[in-house]
Order: sequence, then structure tokens, then C-alpha cells
Amino acid sequence: MKIIILGAGQVGGTVAANLTSEDNDITVVDRNAQILQGLQDRLDLRTVLGNGTHPAVLERAGADDADMIIAVTDSDEANMVACQIASTLFHTPSKIARVRAVEYLSHPQIFAPDALPIDVLISPEQLVTQYVRRLIEHPGALQVMDFADGKVRLVGVRAYYGGPLVGQELRTLREHVPGVQTRVAAIYRRGSAIIPEGDTVIEAGDEVFFVAARKNIRAVMSELRRLDKPVKRIMLAGGGNIGTRLAKSLETRYQVKIIERDAGQCRMIADELKKTIVLHGDAADEDLLLEENIENTDVFCALTNDDEANILSGMLAKRRGARTVMALINRAAYVDLIQSSDDIDVAISPQQATIGSLLAHIRRGDVATVHSLRRGAAEAIEAIAHGDAGSSEVVGRRIDQIRLPRGTTIGAIVRGDEVVMAHHDTVIEPEDHVILFLVDKSRLADVEKLFSVGVTFL
Amino acid sequence: MHPDAVQRVLGVLLMVFSITMLPPGLIGVAAADGVAMAFFLTFGLLLALGALLWLPVRRSRRELRTRDGFFVVAMFWVVLGMAGAVPLVLQDAVDFPLVDALFESISGLTTTGATTIVGIDDLPLSIQYYRQQLQWLGGMGIIVLAVAILPMLGIGGMQLYRAELPGPVKDAKLTPRIAETAKALWYIYLGLTVACAIGYWLAGMTVFDAIGHAFTTIATGGFSTHDASMGYYDSALIEMIAVVFMIISALNYSLHFMAWRRMSTEPWRTDPELVTFLTVLAVVTVLMLGGLLIYQAAHSLPLDETWHHAIFQVVSFATTTGYTTASYYVWPAFLPVLLLFVAVVGGCANSTSGGLKVIRVLLLWRQGGREILRLIHPQAQIPVKVGDRPVNERVIDAVWGFFAAYVLLFVLLMLLMLAMGLDQITAFSAVASGLANLGPALGDVAANFASVGAGPKLVMCVAMIMGRLEIFTLLVLFTPAFWRR
Repeated sequence: MKIIILGAGQVGGTVAANLTSEDNDITVVDRNAQILQGLQDRLDLRTVLGNGTHPAVLERAGADDADMIIAVTDSDEANMVACQIASTLFHTPSKIARVRAVEYLSHPQIFAPDALPIDVLISPEQLVTQYVRRLIEHPGALQVMDFADGKVRLVGVRAYYGGPLVGQELRTLREHVPGVQTRVAAIYRRGSAIIPEGDTVIEAGDEVFFVAARKNIRAVMSELRRLDKPVKRIMLAGGGNIGTRLAKSLETRYQVKIIERDAGQCRMIADELKKTIVLHGDAADEDLLLEENIENTDVFCALTNDDEANILSGMLAKRRGARTVMALINRAAYVDLIQSSDDIDVAISPQQATIGSLLAHIRRGDVATVHSLRRGAAEAIEAIAHGDAGSSEVVGRRIDQIRLPRGTTIGAIVRGDEVVMAHHDTVIEPEDHVILFLVDKSRLADVEKLFSVGVTFL
Repeated sequence: MHPDAVQRVLGVLLMVFSITMLPPGLIGVAAADGVAMAFFLTFGLLLALGALLWLPVRRSRRELRTRDGFFVVAMFWVVLGMAGAVPLVLQDAVDFPLVDALFESISGLTTTGATTIVGIDDLPLSIQYYRQQLQWLGGMGIIVLAVAILPMLGIGGMQLYRAELPGPVKDAKLTPRIAETAKALWYIYLGLTVACAIGYWLAGMTVFDAIGHAFTTIATGGFSTHDASMGYYDSALIEMIAVVFMIISALNYSLHFMAWRRMSTEPWRTDPELVTFLTVLAVVTVLMLGGLLIYQAAHSLPLDETWHHAIFQVVSFATTTGYTTASYYVWPAFLPVLLLFVAVVGGCANSTSGGLKVIRVLLLWRQGGREILRLIHPQAQIPVKVGDRPVNERVIDAVWGFFAAYVLLFVLLMLLMLAMGLDQITAFSAVASGLANLGPALGDVAANFASVGAGPKLVMCVAMIMGRLEIFTLLVLFTPAFWRR
């Protein structure tokens, strides 16, 4: 696919890196020559220097025959205008734009086809907020991903000694949690993936990804580790966009405190939030943390723009007794570093949270949701099976009859409102949402092909 | 540096190159000239050597870094130069000393076109063909070819491509993916070659000669299957066909690509480098014509063939092809030296021609103009512009650096030549010709390099590779910083 990406910042760069590895023709437009040079050296893509809203620049970037434009510059306005121009002048088929300001997002009619023709809006802040929220709902989870509008969730969790299933074969799972439908999709042991079979033994320290209906997640998690108590007290460091949104969505159910360094910003969020306690101060100030009962805090979330500050304040909070510490980390290299340390329990990568919603629109075949895992190396996708037994390679077949590429497992199937866990004899019906886990993303093309309908169907 | 990544790529490149031994081998079989075995043997040798390098590290997934790219390209050209000489050494139909074979191979691959052979017409057919093919492969660059056909060179391909392609600004990709860019360049290259071959054939060459000469015309190389070069045909039509294709091939291939993509002549018409190049050609042709007319009138020689000799020689030199039709070296000294200087300027960036490249000379010129203007208006902000676009100061710095290195290298190599006992004209013209990948020179080496010793030939080999890789790619390997971790 020919894709133009406007803006080579954090999101733009990550999207470009993800997409070039999948045989797409990528052109990145930015106004900073140095960033472009860096991308050009690292990835196999073309760069164009200039303002992405200018038609001449878009034309140089090949807008004439581009299939998709992804506007992810740091300006909402520039992104919207770029999509408008691409649509009017170049008739670009798909247009994706990052729009952050709630002021725009709260009026969906702005983005109607006859107004601002944007097909997909992404708001990283919103996505990150939802992501953190899901993690707080499932204490102990490393990653929680929604499928089929939240009916099914894929949860990544680290197995610890004390979990009843640790040291046991996977096939015993059903005896451990009778009546609960679940399936282990993949296991990562010391960084490398294992495709789970019935006789696979779970070891302590394994990162286990399992699929289950939303209500059963706690039960399954309790098999893998001692369950954390439900969260009550939450402390957020950083009252920016993400912090404020998160506080707003959490304050009705939990006790939320938010620490913000800037006095003016404090006033603003204090006005906006109802029950949250807004604290003015430095999140890395030990006295402040102690004074605010850090030792009784269930979740400490460092959400400032500064990776290093997030890591350090997170470590401090952990040492002073916070039960679970999460830190927002932009730099991919830090994410791995932190994930393996003991001080910070969960590293939240905004790119990873954002990229999935973009990827869903780039995939061929009918793909409803995509979640990027383990820094983009693995992927979980929700694909919709169309056609009939004659035109499709999946519909009407039992799961063990489907020729899945290596490293791919089918986790669950959502049929209407019903969630069906995948067994070898489950038969796929038309319009099923099939949730697949790909350990190796390079097999993606094969999976896409599997789910695309033969020409005869049309 | 990553030795295993470098080794893997080098192995694959050698295997790709080994395949190019098959066509001359087949011609050898068809013509039964007794040389075929040498080519097949070389094919086997290079394939085995490449596989030997590749097999132990084939699973390595490391990517090439920028400095690996330099190393691979430099190593590859050196290794390639030697590999190209192997069939010439292995065969025993003609007597080929080792140094001469090396010289011939490097002169071919760098599209220089200087030769040590006297009696090309009598060579076995397969060797005649092999020389032409070497130049054709070297013209667009065998690494660019490899990038086009081997998807494994995806990301690292950019580093290789950059190190091999000539010109001051190398980041302008034609298509988002490097492999597609390289493919586009080779398609254009191939298309031009076919067109040129058909032109030659229609104008009266044999099929063999037409293809052979099309190879070296489009590569702006200058090897011929005849001692008398293009003069053998004594045909104004063939010369004019050659002129047209030499000029096309000395223009920036990106322009050809864009013109083809947009189906318009606008990219050609608006390119300042192209306009400058054609202007230089026109001015020098007029000078040449005037000079020749005066000379011939003074010696009461016939005047009727002057015009096409003048045009052909100017274009052949300016594009650094180096075909000859007349004994240009007996013309009054002003004319051949003028030709040599035009060759030093060379063709356009991103083309198959050698020399400094017109765009660099244009930038140097503009920069000179800016310094003069600054003397008059000390406070003025004067950007250096090409066309309407300001040029990045980094590029101008790099051009100056390149020019300085070029001059310094020129002086060093020329002194080396003089120390080896060549006379001044020979030394000067040989080095100028080698660095510019031109071919013909003056003095003792005007027609060929058969008369000089092994020393000067090896110096020429260095000059030719330096010229083809634009000095820095090779020079960077000789800096301590490159080897420090």
C-alpha cells in the first residue's frame, strides 16, 4: 500500500517503522530535516521536507496515487487541513488524522464526509487513558486488550510462584477453573515465544497471554499469581492531558490524587475535576509522597511528558511503598529496560497503545481490531470471517483444518454476543469475529490472505 | 562494524557477479573460440567463493550500518576488479599478463575505457563481448543492480546505494522503497541500451557490434570491439546516434525517471544542471569547430568531415565515454587539453558518466560568485542557489571538500606517475583520464596503455576506482576513525 505519513514525531516514527517492515511504500513528510535524515538512514522509506498541508509538498510526496494519508503532526489543525486537502485535490481514499482536542472530538458532525473528510480519528491521549484504565481494573496485568467492543479481553500477565497453575501442564487449566472458558494464546519465556500446547508447563517468570471473557479474567489471573487486592487508592503524577483525563474517568470509582508541578495548571485541573485531590508539587519529592500516604497507595502512575522523570518518580514511589507502579515511557528502548526491572511494574508505551488503532485500518481483509504487542514484534488481531465454505479459507472449517501460518494461534471466536473459546473442533461460521495471536509478525501477510474472500464471492 | 553482515552481503554480491560470466561463456561456446572454459571456470570459482563467504553467516540478521556500507562497496569494487580479471588470466588463447588483465577489468568496470590491448579486432569473440559487458555492468553499478533484485538488501541497501551512486546529493529517492528506485534506474538503463543497440544496428553495425557498442555507449564507458574505436565505421550517422545516447546517459537518471513517470519533458527543461551541461557542450563544440577549421585550413586538409568530428569528440569526452574517431592527439595542443578539461568536469550527477560532475562545478562557480559579491556587500545574506532553490550549506562544504581531495589526489598520483618515469604530458593526461573515468589520454598513452610499465598501470587502477567511487567512499577506509569502535 502507498501511504503518506505527515509528521515524523513519536507516533509518526513508530507508525513508519511498523509499516515499512510490512512491505508498504511509505513517504514521511516533516518540517525537520534532521529527524527525516534519521528516519531515512534507519528505514527503507522516502522522506519529503516541507509543510504537509501544502498541496505542492503533498504532490511531491506522491499524493496522486497514495492509498492512505496518516496525519500525525503535533497540530490538530494541520492534521485536519491536510486531510481536507488530500481529499479535495488528490482524492486520497483513506484519511486518518490525530486530533487531540476534546473541543473538536465532542462534535462528531465536524468529521462527516461532506465536512472534514476524515475516516478515522485517533487521539493518543484517549487511547492511553483507556489503556491505563484497563490496567487499573485488572491489577497485576501487564497488558489488557479489548476485542469485540470489550466482550473478550487478551491479558498479558507474569506468572509467579504461588499461582496454582505455575509448574503445571496447561491442560490442567480446565480442572483448576471449572466452568471458565479461557485459552492461553502465547507464552514468552526469557524473551522468546512458545506456542502453548496441552503439555506445556508454565514456569515462574513466564509472560502468559490468555484470552477470556471480561468477567472471567480475575479467575484466570488468580491461577497464575496471587491476586492483588482490588485497587482503591490511586496517585497520578503529572496533570497534563493524559493525567487529567484519567483522573476524570477514575475519580467516581477510586480515590484519586494527582500531583502537578505547575501552579496554574493545578488550578485549571482542580476546577475541572470533581472529587480528585489536586496536589501542587514535585512527584519526585519524597516528603510530599510520604505526606500523601504513598505507602498505602495501590497504584502509582507517572504520566508526565518526561520519560526519565517518570521512571525516577516511579522508582521512588515503589521504594516508599506504593503497591503497583506504572510509568508512561515514550522511548522504546526504555520500555524493555523497565519491563525487566523490579521497581516499575508496568511500562506504558503510548506508541504501542496508539499504533494498534492505526494498524486496524491498514490491514487487508476485514480486520476490526489490532493490538501491537511486545514492541511491535507480535500482534493480536480480530478478523471477521466473510463468505461461505466455497469462497473463504476459514468459514465452514474446523480450526484444526485451517492452515494457519506458523506461530499463529486462534484464541477465541465472538459469534454475535456469544464468546466461544477456540477448540480444535470449533467450526467457524460466517461473520464470526476470530481473535488471532501472531507470535511472529512476519506471518501477517499469510493471515490476511487467509481472511480475504475469494473473488467468486463477489 | 559488523563483520558477519559485511561478509554476508559480500558473499551474495559475488554470487550475483558470478552469473555475469555465463553470457560470454555461451558466446565462447557458440563461436568455438576456445575461451569458453575460462568463463565457466570463473563462474564456478566466484560462485564457490561467494557461497563460502555467505554460508557460515547466512542466518545473521544484522543490518548494515553506514560504515559497513562504505566498506562493502569499497571492498566489492576492489574484489570485483580482481574477479573480473580472472577469466582473462585463465584463458590461454591470447597472452594476457596479470597486470594487464587487472587493468582491463578495472578499466571496464569503472567505465573508464582505457585499454592495454593492441589488436582488439583479433581477440576471441567472447573476450570482445566480455569487455563490453563489464562496462555495461559497471555503468549503473552492479551494487545498484543487486539492491534491485535482492530483497534482503532492503534497509542496508540504502547504505550501499549511497556509497556507489555518484553526485553530491544522494538522498533523493525516486520511490519510497530503495529496491524500487534501483529497479527503476535499471529499467531505464536497460531501455536506453536496447534503443541504442537498435539504432546502431539500423545504421549499419553488425548485431554483435551494435549490442557491444550500445553497452559501452549507455555506460559512457568507451570500450570498443575495434582498435580504431568508433572511427572504424567512418559513418557520420553512427557517430550522431552515439552522440545522442551518450548525452542522454550523461544526464541525471532521476530526470529520466520523472519525465517517464509524468509523461512530460518538464523535468528536463527545468533542470539547471542539465541546462548548464548542454551549454558547456555547445560552447566547447563551437571552440573545437573553430580551432579545427583554423588548423585544417593552415595545413590545407579537407574540411568536409570537421563538423562531426568536432561534435563527436566533444560529446565523447564531456560524457567521459572516450570513444575516438579521429587522431585528436595530433591536433594543436589547445584542443586535446580542452577536451581533457571538459572530461574532468564530466557529466551530471546520478548518471553513468564520471568526472567532477556538472552540479559540483556549478556549485563551486556559484560559491565563487558569492564570495565576490560578499566583498562588495559585506553585510549581505547571499544564499547559493541552483535554479530557484537554495542549496544547503553542508552540501557546499562537502563539494569543496570533494574538490580539495580530488585536486590533492590528482597531484599525488601525477607525481607518482612522474616518479615512475613517464613524461609530463603522459602523466598529467593519464591521471586526469583515470580519475575522470574517461579512457583516452595524451602523449605515450594517447591510443592505449600498452607502452607503459606495470607501475603506472597499477596507479591507473587506483585512479580509476577512486574516480568511480568518488574518492571519499574509498578514502574513508584509510582513516583511523573508521576502524575505531
